Amino acid sequence: MDIKKLTVSSSPHLHSGDTVRQAMLLVLLALAPAALFAVYHFGWYVLAILLTGTISAVLAETALLRFMKKPLTIVLDGSAALTGLLLALNVPAGAPLWMVAIGAFMAIIIGKHVFGGLGYNPFNPALVGRAILVSSWPAHMMAWVGPGLISSATPLAMQRAGEAVPPYLDLFFGLKAGSLGEVSVFLLLLGGIFLICKRVIDWKIPAAYLATVALMTWVLPARGQIGFFAGDPLMHVLSGGLVLGAFFMATDWVTSPVTKLGRVVMGLGAGIITAVIRLYGGLPEGVTFAILIMNGLTPLIDRYTMGRRFGVR
Amino acid sequence: MVKTFIGGIHPPYRKEGLSALPIERMPAPKVVAIPLRQHVGKACLPLVKVGERVLMGQKIGDVEANIAAPVHSSVSGTVLSIEPRPHANGKMVDSIVIENDFLDEWHPSALPKPQLDKLSPEEIVALIREMGIVGMGGGGFPTHAKLKPFPSPPIDTVLLNGAECEPYLTDDHRLMVEAPEKIIYGLRCLMKAAGAGKGHIGVEENKPDAVLALKRVAALYSDITITSVAVKYPQGAELQLIRACLGKEVPPGKLPPHIGVVVNNVHTAEAIAQAFATGMPSIERVITVAGGAVERPGNVLVRVGTTFAQVLEARGLKGEPYKLISGGPMMGMAMYTGEVAVCKCTSGILALTYEETGSREAGPCVRCAKCVDSCPMFLQPTTIAHYAMKGRVDDAEKIGALECRECGPCAYVCPAGIPLVQWIRLAKSDIYARQ
Repeated sequence: MDIKKLTVSSSPHLHSGDTVRQAMLLVLLALAPAALFAVYHFGWYVLAILLTGTISAVLAETALLRFMKKPLTIVLDGSAALTGLLLALNVPAGAPLWMVAIGAFMAIIIGKHVFGGLGYNPFNPALVGRAILVSSWPAHMMAWVGPGLISSATPLAMQRAGEAVPPYLDLFFGLKAGSLGEVSVFLLLLGGIFLICKRVIDWKIPAAYLATVALMTWVLPARGQIGFFAGDPLMHVLSGGLVLGAFFMATDWVTSPVTKLGRVVMGLGAGIITAVIRLYGGLPEGVTFAILIMNGLTPLIDRYTMGRRFGVR
Repeated sequence: MVKTFIGGIHPPYRKEGLSALPIERMPAPKVVAIPLRQHVGKACLPLVKVGERVLMGQKIGDVEANIAAPVHSSVSGTVLSIEPRPHANGKMVDSIVIENDFLDEWHPSALPKPQLDKLSPEEIVALIREMGIVGMGGGGFPTHAKLKPFPSPPIDTVLLNGAECEPYLTDDHRLMVEAPEKIIYGLRCLMKAAGAGKGHIGVEENKPDAVLALKRVAALYSDITITSVAVKYPQGAELQLIRACLGKEVPPGKLPPHIGVVVNNVHTAEAIAQAFATGMPSIERVITVAGGAVERPGNVLVRVGTTFAQVLEARGLKGEPYKLISGGPMMGMAMYTGEVAVCKCTSGILALTYEETGSREAGPCVRCAKCVDSCPMFLQPTTIAHYAMKGRVDDAEKIGALECRECGPCAYVCPAGIPLVQWIRLAKSDIYARQ
């Protein structure tokens, strides 16, 4: 018998078939209901924002890959599209399209490719893009609107101003103002649970994140208030970008810890920073900076949370 | 709660149908090439000359060393040559090439051994060595050397490995179903040799017929326990099986005897029983022949020294295999030629098609941590691989690279397709090279 051309390689000789692309597509799918709800809730203009963000990010990545003479097929991994969509979900529903495009470019260029592309970026690219937009065009990024793009305060801002916050059910189902992707907590939760079931993300990060924010906002008095255990944790969990951040941004593979304990620390740390900013900071919302700071700490967290190895007690 | 370990994966098992196929004997080929190294340790030296007539079961190679086991002729016939031949370890290994005279004339030394109660532990250990018994699960560690190890605490348990967690492989399964008496007898030999009061067999619960068969025989012995363990890869890895069956963990850098346990494969136990009952040394074994490119997959009793090509010819090939594997698909070695001989520790021959391997190009690590979650040794495969790529040998050692057993779940789950086991192997060899 003559067997020719055998391939030789290191074991294992089987593979699960899982790919990065598949995971990215699953995340895009998980975000779709919340994104579609935003279009329904705020109006057709939001669709233009979503498309602008996604397409700009893909174009930016394609241009960079061409410039750096890397294979253009990399853009097909879906990570650029996801970054663009996440950025678009993080702007107010009336944001100008040119600003969204610049944010997506910045996310891909400054957030991702200056570090070497997918896998090497220390910070969540979409949040880098958002942070750049917040500091460059604060007026546009704070111009919160409700349905019909009529300007309206976010629940967190209302609460700060001492105004009445919409009922919990409205907060849960998304009948409120805010970044266009963060409004429907219900659909974001569905998407998040879908990703946990599909084993794309680890439940530990969102669980630790939400629990920490809930605990701290319940126990600690906000600035100007007195008395412990008087906070409104449910309002805090259901408002702002917390659920979007906890399930879709803090869980970003590249920028979160790889150790099991580290993932708990990630959620815990992001929760503490978010709560401190919300309760005592100058801004009503703190998810973006909380996650970015924890991204920066990720290598350190990984180093100190290795955990026990088999056979070591 | 089914007993198991932490970590691991659920690969496709691809044993459907295979595990129901009874063991078939393959006729001995016209020429056998018996490698002088079929075990971990020192290679044997030939005891016969070119042109000499040898008999079946005759010792034809041995060496003065504890970590070594003699080799025996699997046929009767004439020594054609003693020359380097391709070996399953990827290197050329001196092998004794014998032309079969098809008489199957037994060597006079191949006589039944005394009953177990008439043998001392020392005599059993010596006989196990003399019969050339080595770990038949794939490791090939000389069995006698496991029983008389370095200064260690007394052995209290002999654990037989019947997990057979590697996909495709069903040879152990068939042996447990067809020869449970031999496996239990072999276990009792091992227990007496090691001075162990307890015997244990761990079997994955997807083999209920094997569990039943073993339990029926083991019912006669109060000191033998059969345990069903969860179906999960690598449940059959020595340390993970101990953890599942006995609830103990072997510390890093230590061997199971350190915690009073000796682990052997069920196939090894069967070979011991066979050797004691008939005097036949380790000259044949059951292998699973499978894979998408094999026409008639099956569990085949093959003489040691038969080449992979001869086995595949007997079973038929449909199309060119993409990979030819010695052993299972998770930990087996990819062969570059079919001229490799079956040896005592060859558990399977797999002729895999491109599609079933799922091979592809590697991309950058996206830090998804799936490798970390799947590692049964609680290591960080991606970090070790990263250090290996950067030549950071010290850092790789510090985070436990040497504890890696190369079992493969990390590379199996990696969505970026990174050959993590290969990188960790590199890290390990760099660490050893520096020591």
